[in-house]
Amino acid sequence: MKGEGVAKGNAGLRALHPITRMRDWWADAPQWQRYTVYIALIVIALILPAPWIGSFMSPYSDWTNVLVYPIGTYILLAVGLNIVVGHAGMLDLGFVAFFAIGGYTLAYFGTKHGWTFWGTLVMGIVLAAVSGVILGAPTLRLRGDYLAIVTLGFGEIVRITANNTDEIGGARGITNIPHPSPILGMEFLLDAAPYYYLILGAIILVIIFSVRLTKSRVGRAWAAIREDEDAAELMGVPTFKFKLLAFAIGAMIGGLGGGIYASKAVFIQPETFPFILSATILAAVVLGGAGNLPGVILGAFVIGWLPERFRFLAEYRILAFGAVLVLMMAVRPEGLLPSRQRKAELHEGTGGMGTMGAEVPGPDSDSTAEVSQ
Amino acid sequence: MLQELQNQFLPSTVGGLVIGSIYALVALGYTMVYGVLRLINFAHSEIFMIGTFASLVTLTAIAPAGPLGGIAMVGVLVLIVVISAIVSGGAAVLLEQVAYRPLRKKGATRLAALISAIGASLFLQELFGLKVINWLTGKPGRNQQSAPRFVDRDTLFSIGNANVRTDHVLVIVAAVIVMIFLDQLVSRTKIGRGIRATAQDPEAAVLMGVSIDKIVRITFLLGGAMAGVAAALYVMEIENTDYRVGFVLGIKAFTAAVLGGIGNLRGALLGGIVLGLVENWGAIFLGSQWKDVIAFVILVLVLMFRPTGILGESLQRARA
Repeated sequence: MKGEGVAKGNAGLRALHPITRMRDWWADAPQWQRYTVYIALIVIALILPAPWIGSFMSPYSDWTNVLVYPIGTYILLAVGLNIVVGHAGMLDLGFVAFFAIGGYTLAYFGTKHGWTFWGTLVMGIVLAAVSGVILGAPTLRLRGDYLAIVTLGFGEIVRITANNTDEIGGARGITNIPHPSPILGMEFLLDAAPYYYLILGAIILVIIFSVRLTKSRVGRAWAAIREDEDAAELMGVPTFKFKLLAFAIGAMIGGLGGGIYASKAVFIQPETFPFILSATILAAVVLGGAGNLPGVILGAFVIGWLPERFRFLAEYRILAFGAVLVLMMAVRPEGLLPSRQRKAELHEGTGGMGTMGAEVPGPDSDSTAEVSQ
Repeated sequence: MLQELQNQFLPSTVGGLVIGSIYALVALGYTMVYGVLRLINFAHSEIFMIGTFASLVTLTAIAPAGPLGGIAMVGVLVLIVVISAIVSGGAAVLLEQVAYRPLRKKGATRLAALISAIGASLFLQELFGLKVINWLTGKPGRNQQSAPRFVDRDTLFSIGNANVRTDHVLVIVAAVIVMIFLDQLVSRTKIGRGIRATAQDPEAAVLMGVSIDKIVRITFLLGGAMAGVAAALYVMEIENTDYRVGFVLGIKAFTAAVLGGIGNLRGALLGGIVLGLVENWGAIFLGSQWKDVIAFVILVLVLMFRPTGILGESLQRARA
């Protein structure tokens, strides 16, 4: 009874909030309105590289370049990591490994064997997925926090292996990675604009894929696993299979991002793929609101863009990410723009990993918890 | 290959025991916090890093002209161990206060706590790289900082073809003394009983009158102090450090904790030594640039085949 009252009170308050009202409208919007919004968003994305926008957004460096890397690449990776962290509820600290595998596949086959961009990109995605399965198969049965450390170790293994293998350039890396062959009259050379449209296309495809997937049976299985893995298993959800699927799909998107990045950058080396990049993408997902695509995209945009716009911030970037992660977890663990479902879970349930030990509430903290909600 | 193995086996064993002792000391911090809170204290590696700088600054202030001998050497070692332990222990308590306590009070999820720990780790690392190291040493914070030598590198005695140096003996002896102290503290004192009770069942511990907040604080203090001791020994042995020193060492120490059985103090000791040895033996065959990969592969293998570690999990059952 008490809980109901609180929920009603909350709803009354929340309805005043403009974002909440927008969401309520969105939830009931008919299909034509939704498609209008989608098309409007794509049009905005298409005119985004315009110089007049760039003169405000990025006065210090070429805006289109910034849109490809870091912003576009971060968004693509964040959408991929969101499937693993936000939907399936597994903490992956080595996401950069798949980015590296995609990049190195493209670089290696492109320079040593003269493969074309499109063929190698597919190859990179497949190899990333395979490595995701190879890593995931033995480790996904582990507890969530162990998984985090194992993925972190995997990220380091990939980087050190690349560093120690002369066949792929060792510490010097690979140079002269071929550009993609022209499509639809777009020449991929040094100009950043075609790459922007390429990565935009990739982002749109991945978003559609991700949305369709999460609204399907697979997405419901992920939600069940995230909320309570044991209960999901008892209800007949093959949890291991679905976790592995989430892991592999996340890895594929990471590999796709790596392929596009390598062909744009022309040069990669092991130091292109540090742990800090994994942490950055995780910060983007968490900041935006794990599990909610618009939030995740916003988070990745902000984290990619802020240090470019405010150069004096660039030096303090990682310091700020660290502080943001700590603050966010203490104040608003669901992120800036959370999915409603995820928010409810984080406040009421255990979010898939159980709670910390030694957190016995004091004699009167029960009632205070109710009030503060 | 066999010749190489014969030549390098004993020297590698000595090296493995030395670095393994340092892993073991750092692993104690992971294992205790995990035992009590079920939290991977990801920022523990930064507590170690802070300890190395406490030692480095102290050593620079003493500025020994060269290797010391006898009482002076032991005195300096005890001094940097104590100072590092105090600084690291204090930093760990502060870390708990800022990054974990608010989450604990809210009953936050373990995922949230782990993300907060990663954030704290990044923050501390960057804070030192950007500012603190420069304040402390006057040199650029991103550079390697070298420490003055105060223990000679002469061979003390030989086992076969392995030369055992004074610093090797000091690391191992100091680590063993500190670990016996911690083991006794946890298994015999009232505080230790509180820690074990909290690890076993926090709710029942509260009912029995254990102050959870106090126990958690003491756990962080002890874990941090152990990392501080490890840091002092590391600075004596390796003679340099930087703001990222904790990252790889931290993962390896965590591997050691899992290898021995997380939450188990004696397991952390065993895990550290085993990891140090295997890593060094593996390097004979593969080359030392693969050491880190060997350690991570061991972590994955252990988690696959024996996720409870060699000695089994838990701070409560092993009575230590």
